[in-house]
Amino acid sequence: MNATVFAPWVDPDEKPLIRFQNVTKRFGDFTAIDDLSLDIFEKEFFALLGPSGCGKTTMMRMLAGFESPSAGRIELAGQNIAPVPPNKRAVNMMFQSYALFPHLSVWDNIAFGLRRDNLPKHDIQDRVEEMLKLTRLEKFARRKPHQISGGQRQRVALARSLAKAPKLLLLDEPLGALDKKLRQDTQFELMDIQETTGTTFVIVTHDQEEAMTVASRIAVMDEGKLMQVATPDEIYEAPATVYIADFIGDVNIIEGRARATGENQYQIDWAEGQQPLIASSTRSFSNDQTCHLAIRPEKVAISSERPENAANVLQGTVHDIAYLGNLSTYHVKLPNGHMIKAQTANTRRIARRSFTWEDTVWLSWTATAGVLLES
Amino acid sequence: MNRLSWFNTVSLTLGFAFLYIPMIILIIFSFNESKLVTVWAGFSTKWYGELINNEAFLNAAWVTLKVAVFSSTIATVLGTMAAYVLVRGGRFLGRTLFSGMIYAPLVMPEVITGLSLLLLFIGIGLDRGVLTIVLAHTTFSMCYVSVVVSSRLVTFDRSLEEAALDLGCSPAQAFRLVTLPIIAPAVISGWLLAFTLSLDDLVIASFTSGPSATTLPIKIFSAVRLGVSPEINALSTIMIAIVTIGVITASLVTKQSRVRAQRDEQAAARAQ
Repeated sequence: MNATVFAPWVDPDEKPLIRFQNVTKRFGDFTAIDDLSLDIFEKEFFALLGPSGCGKTTMMRMLAGFESPSAGRIELAGQNIAPVPPNKRAVNMMFQSYALFPHLSVWDNIAFGLRRDNLPKHDIQDRVEEMLKLTRLEKFARRKPHQISGGQRQRVALARSLAKAPKLLLLDEPLGALDKKLRQDTQFELMDIQETTGTTFVIVTHDQEEAMTVASRIAVMDEGKLMQVATPDEIYEAPATVYIADFIGDVNIIEGRARATGENQYQIDWAEGQQPLIASSTRSFSNDQTCHLAIRPEKVAISSERPENAANVLQGTVHDIAYLGNLSTYHVKLPNGHMIKAQTANTRRIARRSFTWEDTVWLSWTATAGVLLES
Repeated sequence: MNRLSWFNTVSLTLGFAFLYIPMIILIIFSFNESKLVTVWAGFSTKWYGELINNEAFLNAAWVTLKVAVFSSTIATVLGTMAAYVLVRGGRFLGRTLFSGMIYAPLVMPEVITGLSLLLLFIGIGLDRGVLTIVLAHTTFSMCYVSVVVSSRLVTFDRSLEEAALDLGCSPAQAFRLVTLPIIAPAVISGWLLAFTLSLDDLVIASFTSGPSATTLPIKIFSAVRLGVSPEINALSTIMIAIVTIGVITASLVTKQSRVRAQRDEQAAARAQ
């Protein structure tokens, strides 16, 4: 492992910038956040990911100071922030609707927060110019928010929230209103800006690709609870539950009963008359325990000949092909009706494809390709 | 341009005739030479000249203007505050009752409002004059302001205020620097509404005015009871002119700003 890898969360001596301690938030009878504890470290780009209504926005609003926890404690740099009103917090937020002040020019929008600190005039001027440059908005400084495009508005909102150099920047679905191409460009821009400024970013999103792209760590949330907090690759490669495996990316889930065959080696009986599947797992299972093998489509190889020396081999017929240009996803129907997705990169021209609809194909994967999960 | 069908032409003509013939007659007779209102004796502007020398009318006009400016300003402040609390205060005990009660004066018969104010002023021993008319007009016009302002506040994006707080504003600063400038058009039209209501109120003013202060509508009303004079026609014509100019200016200003906003947005859309 490279020693310079940024991973403060593995260092037990590192002090978190934000600490949620057993935080609960109730709105009447509805529990939005349920006894949640979480540490976020300085300079992290942290993503709160989940379906709508999972409590991620409530988490963010509690950090900004617009909601206060019903129980538990939130610390920012070691200080309890419950008694601090939003205007006194070293936290700024970029709103989903951007919330640009329509009666002020781009320049005045960015200067708004600086003016509240009663900074000297030339300091404000310098800082606003710096922000305009960072977000490439110099040309639009004198325009009003309704005179610029959606992408430019998004950058004004970012510049305004960064102008006060907050310890923590909150981004609420910042790219939701942009079209796909612009969103992808902006994601990289956001990462660059986060690196340049060294600010801790917490982003709320329901777009898993966006979270995977930008974040150093992702917290997957559902119904007010944390399902898993890990780096993007850990979440993808080693999801903690079937829910997460299914929520992030595409996955084949095969249910069966586990039987230990060696250290960390298991056989999975999954269907009548089918060979048991072989999988290795660091998670231990007792014999006959129900388990789920989660395997990503790109880790399933597809071939027209029976592959040799593969740990798991299944035969089926091609039911559907989803052609995406660079990739193709084959939906292969097994004799027992089970559908398995296999994905391959289209390295050859489509005319040279060796199998098509209704062809008999072989699927194979190694023992370590999948993850064995409890139900 | 489409030509109107004969049916539409007739209905339009009848409708407008119904609305405007009385006023047109009034305006024509204000330029009448004769002292008799109903007999035309040639064109003259002499009644306008006499009006300028009529101290009683000028005094009443001055009182009316003062009352309208003060009462509509106080009503705008109070009405905006009430609207803000009712829209933004969240759910507090008695909120429904309060929001119902603020609209009740809209449908209350003016005679009753006037009478109850009169009893109140007598009860607390307040001499009737400019002050009591101002108070009375504030009372009934603030609910109009609050209706206008709260309908704007309902559609106001709350995150703008949150953004202001987030950037370091105290709640009072957020209101002054962000909310107020954005809802200003609604506040101004609330003020204009209150101003007009105060300007032409007769019933409540006649309950709450005293011998020391008479408003123009009261003056006109009592003068007409002694017989319509061409002088009053002249005065009414001036009032019609002022109101017309005001309404046209206001609509031109709003139309212009709307056109400008539209042009800006189209320019921005093209620039993308």
